[in-house]
Amino acid sequence: MLQIEDLWVTIEDKEVLKGINLKIQTGETHILFGKNGSGKSTLLMTLMGFARYKVVQGRILFKGTDITQMPTYERARLGLGLAFQRPPTIRGVKTLDLLQVCSGKGRPAAEALAFDYDFENFLEREINYGFSGGEIKKSELLQLLAQDPALVLLDEPESGVDLENLQMVGEIIRRLLQKERRRADRDKSGLIITHTGFILNYLNADKGHVMCDGQIACHGIPREILEHIKEQGYEECVRCLTISKE
Amino acid sequence: MPDDLKGVAARGRDKKAEAGQDVDLNQYSRQGGDWAYDEQYQGFDAAERSHLLKAGIELTDEEHAATFFQADRAVMHCKVSQPGVEVLPITEALARYEWLTDYYWRLVAPDSDKYTAQTALDLDNGYFIRALPGAKIAYPVETCLYIRTEGLAQHVHNIVIAEPESELNVITGCTTHPGVKAGLHLGISEFYVKAGARVNFTMVHNWGSDIHVRPRSAILVEEKGTFISNYILLKPVKSVQMDPLVRLTGTGAVTTLQSIVVAHPDTELDLGSRVYLEAPQTRAEVIARSVTTGGKSISRGHLVGKFPDVKAHLECQGLILSETGIIHAIPELSGEVAGVEMSHEAAVGKIAQEEIEYLMARGLDEDEAASTIVRGFLSIKIEGLPLALEEEIERTIREARKGL
Repeated sequence: MLQIEDLWVTIEDKEVLKGINLKIQTGETHILFGKNGSGKSTLLMTLMGFARYKVVQGRILFKGTDITQMPTYERARLGLGLAFQRPPTIRGVKTLDLLQVCSGKGRPAAEALAFDYDFENFLEREINYGFSGGEIKKSELLQLLAQDPALVLLDEPESGVDLENLQMVGEIIRRLLQKERRRADRDKSGLIITHTGFILNYLNADKGHVMCDGQIACHGIPREILEHIKEQGYEECVRCLTISKE
Repeated sequence: MPDDLKGVAARGRDKKAEAGQDVDLNQYSRQGGDWAYDEQYQGFDAAERSHLLKAGIELTDEEHAATFFQADRAVMHCKVSQPGVEVLPITEALARYEWLTDYYWRLVAPDSDKYTAQTALDLDNGYFIRALPGAKIAYPVETCLYIRTEGLAQHVHNIVIAEPESELNVITGCTTHPGVKAGLHLGISEFYVKAGARVNFTMVHNWGSDIHVRPRSAILVEEKGTFISNYILLKPVKSVQMDPLVRLTGTGAVTTLQSIVVAHPDTELDLGSRVYLEAPQTRAEVIARSVTTGGKSISRGHLVGKFPDVKAHLECQGLILSETGIIHAIPELSGEVAGVEMSHEAAVGKIAQEEIEYLMARGLDEDEAASTIVRGFLSIKIEGLPLALEEEIERTIREARKGL
């Protein structure tokens, strides 16, 4: 599904990603750990093709196509979908309109989705205007459900969500990644950034990666990585990376 | 018109306006335009009808409390369909009601500048609208001021009176015949919103590319009265310069003034809103949004707090969509006593890249994303508007946006 080869990325001439290699097979869910500023969000933004993120070396293959230079909207149409951590507010444009853009279908499809997740009161509201943290997350995830991407990119889907809504967020992510199906029948993949690891309570992820200073420091079983980080913090990862460099 | 008013007006004959490019009044014709009264709106072909619709003018008496249609110098249609509201050509109203002199030229001075003077000295017509005490007029009163003859100067004077506790919705479409390129529109408007009354006034301008427009408006709002104004200008025009003044003179009077305008190449807009908060607990909100695709848009706003315990906010936002356009935001606040609470925010710039990319991540290409954001920027949402009026404004904006 996704193959990242030796990816180097700069933001305003500052090197942020330094040789990322990552492969995600169809049906797999990967978790991205790493402390703030390690480059996790940059990786997701680069995959989506935003202008600030300049690929200076390496390439990104999606479904076998080299998308490294492809404009964002073509990537979206090809099946990449990103839930933003902090999306912008767009005044005067209704959330319903955006959901319709995402689904490419009419109003009923968008309304039905909102109804499923108790979001119909937000349809007439301006996009993200005055939304709480949890409402923003929910809106982002519903947009993805409408978009139905083959590769789901989630940037801290749990941040700002209260306990009451956490379960619903987990359920939507399960649905996005077809977790109700047998592994062999899934055709969606996911790459999820999480700080808390909450998402592991809702789904089994296949692989975990720890990012550190623009590189993937180590791979492993997500739950084990999480336990490790909880016990020893990211400093241990840094040390580990230093050792492996030497 | 009383002789003393004429005398006053004559003094302003050569007085240039404080803002906007000076228009030579002698360039324009005062001949022609003697259109016959049209009871059934039969004198309009399909092209003209669809053009009028872009200014919100539907040419029907249905679902309107009243209608008024002035083409060039002549009133072609004027009809009241609901009780509680009076609509007359201003010349007729002045002849019928002696008391109207207490309202005529009382908020706008005839010698303010050459445009007011010219209108006072050589009036064509205009509308007189009066909502009777306590009358709640749900359907809008629709008025149209139409330039149908090339090169003509149209001189209009309007008076709107909302008697105590009445509610009135007015939609005014100002436009030109699709074949008319050059012309001049001078329009005096005086609004009286009395105690507890509520007026919703929506004005759509859809002029030709070589038309100069000089409206002169003033609004008086008494105790607990509400005046809401929406101004929409999305199509090319040569120049529009206006700076309406709202005076909140009664306790608890409220006003909301919103405008959305587009300055096309060769268009020069100088649009302001002034609000004087002269009584306790008065409130004002001014929201001005302008877009330039190459023209110049000056966006003024001036709030004057003359009494403690007033609140007012002014918002000027501009989007520059081309290399050459200019948006000049001039927000001003004057507090003349302690205890006023006034604020403003102004922002001018291009569309945020972050917003474009957000929509692109949902599958819109760059142009689609940009136009979605601009449409949002130019949409007006007003709380508490009657549904019929809201739908009409939506329809009007949708029509006017075509080809933007």
